Amino acid sequence: MGLKFLYPEYEVVRNYDRCISCRACERQCANEAHEYLQNENKIVCDDAKCVNCHRCVSLCPTRALKITASGNTYKSNANWSGKTIDEIYRQAESGGVLLSSMGNPENYPVYFDKILLNASQVTNPSIDPLREPMETRISLGAKPCKIERDENNRIVNNLPPRISISMPVMFSAMSYGSISYNAHESLARAAEELGILYNTGEGGLHEDFYKFGANTIVQVASGRFGVHPAYLNSGAAIEIKMGQGAKPGIGGHLPGTKIIGDVSRARMIPEGSDAISPAPHHDIYSIEDLRQLVYSLKEATNYKKPVIVKIAAVHNVTAIASGIARSGADMIAIDGFRGGTGAAPTRIRDHVGIPVELALAGVDKRLRDEGIRDNVSVIVSGSIRSAADVVKAVALGADCVYIASAALIAMGCHLCRSCHAGRCNWGIATQVPELVKRLNPDLGYKRLVNLMTAWEHEIKEMMGGMGINSIESLKGNRLMLRGIGLNEKELEILGIKHAGE
Amino acid sequence: MQREGQVRIPSGCAISGVIDKTGRRMSGEAIIKSIAVMHERSNGLGGGFAAYGIYPEYKDFYAFHIFYETSAVKRDCEDFLERHFDIINLSKIPTRKIKEITDEPLIWRYFVTPLPTKLSDSQLDEREFVAKCVFRVNTRFDGAYVFSSGKNMGVFKAVGYPEDVGRFYKLEDYEGWCFTAHGRYPTNTPGWWGGAHPFALLDYSVVHNGEISSYDANRRAIEMYGYKCTLQTDTEVITYIIDYLHRKKQLSFEEIAAVIAAPFWQTIERMDTAEREIHEYLRVMFSGQLITGPFSILVGFDNGLMALNDRLKLRSMVVGEKGDLVYVASEESAIRLIEPSLDKVWSPKGGEAVVVNLNGGGK
Repeated sequence: MGLKFLYPEYEVVRNYDRCISCRACERQCANEAHEYLQNENKIVCDDAKCVNCHRCVSLCPTRALKITASGNTYKSNANWSGKTIDEIYRQAESGGVLLSSMGNPENYPVYFDKILLNASQVTNPSIDPLREPMETRISLGAKPCKIERDENNRIVNNLPPRISISMPVMFSAMSYGSISYNAHESLARAAEELGILYNTGEGGLHEDFYKFGANTIVQVASGRFGVHPAYLNSGAAIEIKMGQGAKPGIGGHLPGTKIIGDVSRARMIPEGSDAISPAPHHDIYSIEDLRQLVYSLKEATNYKKPVIVKIAAVHNVTAIASGIARSGADMIAIDGFRGGTGAAPTRIRDHVGIPVELALAGVDKRLRDEGIRDNVSVIVSGSIRSAADVVKAVALGADCVYIASAALIAMGCHLCRSCHAGRCNWGIATQVPELVKRLNPDLGYKRLVNLMTAWEHEIKEMMGGMGINSIESLKGNRLMLRGIGLNEKELEILGIKHAGE
Repeated sequence: MQREGQVRIPSGCAISGVIDKTGRRMSGEAIIKSIAVMHERSNGLGGGFAAYGIYPEYKDFYAFHIFYETSAVKRDCEDFLERHFDIINLSKIPTRKIKEITDEPLIWRYFVTPLPTKLSDSQLDEREFVAKCVFRVNTRFDGAYVFSSGKNMGVFKAVGYPEDVGRFYKLEDYEGWCFTAHGRYPTNTPGWWGGAHPFALLDYSVVHNGEISSYDANRRAIEMYGYKCTLQTDTEVITYIIDYLHRKKQLSFEEIAAVIAAPFWQTIERMDTAEREIHEYLRVMFSGQLITGPFSILVGFDNGLMALNDRLKLRSMVVGEKGDLVYVASEESAIRLIEPSLDKVWSPKGGEAVVVNLNGGGK
């Protein structure tokens, strides 16, 4: 069919007064949007190929380029948006499920943006983190309920294996394969320098990265890619991935084009085969089965590693979390519906799951109501965008947060949401060797360290403002939060008062 | 206007305490003088005392001090008490009419012991049974409030300046081996006697100067263990934390101090291995009981007294010693006034607990 129904969403605007025809843009664009016309000594652009990743914009030496919305509109219609119409054209053409990447971009409420923090005035002093100790170190894991003492009446350390990190932020699961070797190396090295942990995701672990074991969470997902005893024993903790916020109810999905070389070896699957994880774990059809997997993994690692169970925030997340807290798991990770992904069906990403703020508030309350909050630590993820989000999440009741999108952005990601295409111009979500080498791990890791260092400073400033000098005293401290523009029900679920109250 | 418990009211304060290590009893006169000198630190909206060793003739019975707003709720509450306890003695708490103290509720005292059948049916140990009954009264009987429930000790508190509260309760007529006192400076008018300090549960009493920043983290953590914070005050939650750590978790007061005013991680890292392990364990295990923000507290218990400052020492607190007597107060003047020639006087560091136990463990 020759007829093109789709008009490009973006327009590459080139200022020819500035353009020196150096062809950097042409070389940089893996989507081949730019083309040099020899005869005219001029570069032109096919907007239809542009994904708006800003690689050319960032590298253009004369700032001759910018990307704008193309502005082309359909006849205005409050019901049929341009996006909806485009999607129908696309599906009518391909007959396929629409794929998307990164987090849900739709206009749902962002509760973190409707929560405000407190600060001390008069009745107690704020604390200056530049002059006083300000503690962000946390310890994650289960707590026993009994104190034991030896014959000399000294307390016996009866804590199960835990992880201790320098600040309440860790890098969330991103598999080797969905992201590049250099991206993984950057995350692992940054985690080591920062004293936090990164997460392998479900793609196994490249042999080069076993040395970062003390700063690694190894993931076990429904596909069991790359899972073997040495892998399980290599990390500081094991995570069972039951679900992911970007695609609750379905398994991971890595296109065969990314399963090449080392990726295939780490995953223990043939090159070029699509890595489609089953939607459920086929040995877990209920909560009692989860308990068996938790203990299988503990057996396999001699009860030396804490086990995290990661779930997507869905409607009955509180009951599920309560079951997990009684399953022998040491931590629960809850991933909200804005969480990122390397590839997900658009409809699922944009319509399934709930915001992590509500899920967290509900889970924390439920576990406390049932008296089992000490059984587990709670980690939350699904669009933690700044130090303020971290502080708010901890005050709502989280022990720790996971970040992934923010970490990718730190390394250069421009959220063009095209990871599934495998042609990431920033060298992050790709396995194409010439693209991968664009991400220099020496710089990538440094940018991650910088970001976390900056957040840590900001967290300390906000804590100090509240007169709190230990992150433990912020955890679940909901009086430090006030809602703005929220209705009674939302406030009730979040367990916070409205601003002015 | 919302009453204390419906709204959280921050307050500044003065505290003072004295203990005789030998268990020798003294009159309440001195503690009134001591707290009175810090008049400027309170604003007449709350004062009170805890006194230990004052009921030797009833030392095996729990002494309940209860405020009632109406005689109707008093009847209901007494019905409840009769169903759960053997009431050995009951009386109005003696008071003196003075113009500075007004609007007093009905103030009654009961010496009780749990009914053996009720106690065994409950499958609880005796102190837990008593604590549960106190919570029941305070949450279910609107207008009744048990503000003291220990053995051989009692709390006396009211809305007013502490020295007036002392005269109101005729504190000079009581003899005890330890007294603590509190003058309150809340930032708005609670107008309710229950909101004054000390706060007490069983033998534990707390007077506190400060406003803790960890309040809601502490409250939500402790409520998971069956406590109900009805007053929303720091003192209440601190008392429950101490009860939880000491009575339920059997920590020593030194260990309790290492939980609620924990040393910083950087300090712990410098400790020798054995000590470091204990401190790391306590911080991890009881992270929900760490208290941040300013406080100085005096904790009375059946066998002694603990004085403790927050980890940064954001509130003043001075300790003095003279022979067998140990004094603690927000200001040195409050000690010097009643004991001008001290053997020793010092200002404990932040997080450094001063625990005074009775010699020979007498009660």
